[in-house]
This record gives sequence, structure tokens and C-alpha cells, in this order.
Amino acid sequence: MNLLIDIVIPIVKILIIAHMLIIGVMVMIWSERRVSGWIQDRLGPNRVGPQGLLQPIADGIKFLFKEDLIPNHVDKPLYVLAPAMLLVPAMITVAVVPFGSSIQLFGETIILQIADINIGVLYILAITSLGVYGVVIGAWASNNKYSLLGGLRSSAQMISYELTLGLSIIGVLMLSESLSLRQIAITQGEGVWNCFIHLPAFLAFTTAMYAETNRLPFDLAEAEQELVAGYHTEYSSMKFAMFFMAEYMNMIVGSAVTVTLFLGGWHFFGLENMGGPLWSGLISFAIFFVKTAIFLFVFIWVRWTLPRFRYDQLMNFGWKFLLPVALTSIVVTGTLWIIADGSLLWIGIGNVIAAFIVISIVAGIFMVDNSKKTTVDNTVEVSLPGLDAIE
Amino acid sequence: MTAEHIFFFIFGGVSLIGAISVISFRHPIYSALALIVTFFAQAGLFVLLGAHFVAAVQVIVYAGAIMVLFLFVIMLLNLGTLSLKGALSGKLKGVAILLGILLAIEGIYIAVTTLNNPNTAVASSEVAADTSYSIEEIGELLFKDYLLPFEVTSLILLAALIGVIVLVKRGNQQEN
Repeated sequence: MNLLIDIVIPIVKILIIAHMLIIGVMVMIWSERRVSGWIQDRLGPNRVGPQGLLQPIADGIKFLFKEDLIPNHVDKPLYVLAPAMLLVPAMITVAVVPFGSSIQLFGETIILQIADINIGVLYILAITSLGVYGVVIGAWASNNKYSLLGGLRSSAQMISYELTLGLSIIGVLMLSESLSLRQIAITQGEGVWNCFIHLPAFLAFTTAMYAETNRLPFDLAEAEQELVAGYHTEYSSMKFAMFFMAEYMNMIVGSAVTVTLFLGGWHFFGLENMGGPLWSGLISFAIFFVKTAIFLFVFIWVRWTLPRFRYDQLMNFGWKFLLPVALTSIVVTGTLWIIADGSLLWIGIGNVIAAFIVISIVAGIFMVDNSKKTTVDNTVEVSLPGLDAIE
Repeated sequence: MTAEHIFFFIFGGVSLIGAISVISFRHPIYSALALIVTFFAQAGLFVLLGAHFVAAVQVIVYAGAIMVLFLFVIMLLNLGTLSLKGALSGKLKGVAILLGILLAIEGIYIAVTTLNNPNTAVASSEVAADTSYSIEEIGELLFKDYLLPFEVTSLILLAALIGVIVLVKRGNQQEN
């Protein structure tokens, strides 16, 4: 019996979730193209299988059977390693995400989560901070100007937005009094969803997550007009597919984490408690699944709604707007927790008002600062010694 | 041979191989990557000791943040391949040998004293078993018992940050 609990069940959970992630990537690629088509009033891929559902499989087979091309001028070991360095962090982050409450099977209570560790949130921050290496190393090993520029942009962006990502969840951690994702979800089920209490922090977190996953409007790393394809310019066949898969996996995991931290996890106004011990677990899983899917739809929606940022706009936005909002949320949540005696309503209202004030102040300073500059100095000399050497 | 032992040897071996690779790779980028591997393996060792928080912080701060800056600097300065022979010459070689011998003596001393004293081995394994430091305890220690040192440290770091900005700004103004 011990063997079953300790080894078999975790392995089954890992297999199910890893496969769900990979199938999720395939479904995401299909839906990205179909939803893009729908938003742009065209059809999208609809020939392979019913509604084009088998298109990702056809794509996958194509990638696998393409010639595995390694250009002569690349740094071979790192060039081969880089896609894996991006894919592996994307995959292992999912280990701490709770997918549902728990199910009763064979007389055992099985929690729907691979590992419930008490530093869950820190684990996610730690692993996502490793994702940047795949991009930087891939860009450098390609030995290509466009790649290196894309990689540097992307890593600067990821480092900048990582701060907001980490700081905006501190308010949530304060009220949940735990770093375990399961505990945070349970706290929300008993009370109010965190997105209502920490609305500004929720928006800051979501925005930072879009930047972390290199999605539009933050996809400067692969701005087609300027950089061909950014850090994966030199990659083809399955290696390119791995970069692609990593991006979609990051989106899926990011959505799942957001749902857990801010949107109540597997809770939906008591629906998760319906049915018996087995069914309630499965219903909670379904609720989580639907919430994540809706969030993923927003990803695609945003892609065709917002244009790409310019680089200086990106940095200004990250450092001058998002970071102050995240910091304010910490101060306000902490202060009101003491003053208003833990009243969630007051914390929620206070957070919104404080964020509004801070944004107004920053925007005011920004406008004054801009109006002072009568002549805009556009001739900034950029010298990257690394680029000269590549030639 | 429990699972913990197996993992200890895996992480310990990886961190040793990584540390040796840092100084034996010719190219600085490879060295930096080997250092990341070492940090990561050490985080694994911290987990085995029950220090989950330290492990996470090790990965966030060292593997995640500081090494990215290392890589940036190496890439922007475009350091070529370096060999140990060329880098170590004359006086530097003497210093390196001296420090190496000192480090070796230190290591041997620790190993011998730990092995000879049967209490240390038992005590350390008990410590690992008992004090699986939860994050709550670390929080209480940081924000209650050691609040003043904690705040002073953060102030010092802030001062360093502002200092760097001031220095850079002054440099820019002189250029203009």
C-alpha cells in the first residue's frame, strides 16, 4: 500500500499532467490559429481533420521529419542545448500548481497536484527566472546579429518584469499567510477571490506575465519587422518547434498560476463541493480547466487587439507604472490589514484608490518631464562590442 | 542507502563536476553556465537538508539573477577564449598556489575533524531531520528577532544602489 501511495500515484499524476501539457500545447496552437482567423474574419486552418483539429499533428510530423539543420557558424553545443533550456523550466513549473481539490480513490485521498511544497510561489519564481537562459544562450550561440539583439531585448525585458511579477503577489501572500499554492487557493474558496481584493496587483501581475511569456504586445524579442525572428532566427525543424512549444507551455502554466493566485483556483461559488468524494474532485478539476482555458483565450484576444510596444515604452511602462503599482499594493494591503482590522472590503477599495493615485502621480511627472524636453535627442549612439566581433 | 543518500551523491557529484568545469572550460560563457549548474546542484543539497527557503532563494538570486548579469557582461565585453596558462603568470601563479594549498588544508582539516568526531555526524543528521525550517519560522526570525539588522542591510543595499546611479550620472554629464 505504501508503494502505491509513494511511487505509483505520483508517477501517474506526473504522466497525466505532462501529457495534458503537451496536448494543451497542440490545442493552443490550433485554437490560436482558428481564433486569430475568427478575429480577422477569415477561416484559419480547417482542412486537416474536422475543423482542422488535426493540424497540430500534421505540423508536428512535418517538424520531426524536416532536416535537422545546424548552421556552420554557430556554437554547436550551446546551440543544441538552448531549446531544451527554455522547454525544461516551462515544463517543471507545473509541478506545484494545484489542479483541483482531491479525489477519493481505492480508499485513499489523492490531492490533484504533483507536489504541495510550502514554498510553492518561490519555486515558481525561481524556475521562471531560469527560462531567460534558454533565450540568451540560444541568441548568443546562433552567432547572428538579429538573434543577439532579440536575445538581449528579451532578457532585459524578462528581468525587468520579473520584479513586478514577484512583488505583485506579496499582497496575496500576506492575506493567505502561506506560500503554498494549495493553501492560497483554499483561502480564496473560503473567502473572496484575490482578484477582487488585489485588483491593481492582479492587473500588474497579468501584464508582467504577458511580458514574461514574450507574447504580444511584449514580443520585442521576435519583432519580425526589425529582427527577422529574434532569438530563434537560426533555428529550424524540431529545435524551432521546441522554442515554440516552450512559449505555449509558458502561457498555459502562467494562466494556471494566475487562476490559482487570483481567480480562486478550483473554486466556483460552491459548485466544487457538489457530488460525492470522487465527483467533487473531478468537478473542481473541470472548473480549474475552464478558468485556465478562458484565460488562454484572453491571451489570443490581446494578441490581435494591442499593437507592439516600442522598446523605450516597454521599459518605461515596466519600471515607472507597473513596479510602483505592485509596490503600492504591498504597502496598502499591509497598512489596511492593521488599520481596517482585516476587512477585505476596505483592503480592496484602498488598493484601487491607492493604485489610481500612484498612476496619476507617475503620469503627471512623466508628462512634465516630457514637456521640458523641447528637442528630443534621437541620436543615441549604441555601441555593442559583442556585435562588432561577430562580423 | 536511502533515497536521500542517492540524491546527495547526485547533487554533490553534479556540483563538484560543475565547479571543476567552471575553471577548466576555455570559454567564459561555458564557465558561467557551469557555475549555474553548480548553484543549482547546491540548491538541491539545501533541499535535502530541509532548507527549502534557502534553496529557492539560492536559485532566484544566484542562478536566476546574478548569473544573468554575468552572462550579459561576458557577452557585451565579448571575452574570447582564455587559457589558464596565459592568465596565470609570475606573481599571480605564486598567490594562486598559496591560496590553493591553504584551501586544501582547510578542506582536509574539516574532513578529518568531522570524521573523527562521531557526535558531529549524528548531530548533523538529527539537525537535518528536526529543523526542517518552515518559511513561517524564517519570517518570524527575520521580521521579529532580527528586524534591526534586516532593515540596516536593506538600507545599505539601497545606498549602494543610489551610489551607482549617482556615479553613472556624473560620468555621463562629464562626457557631455
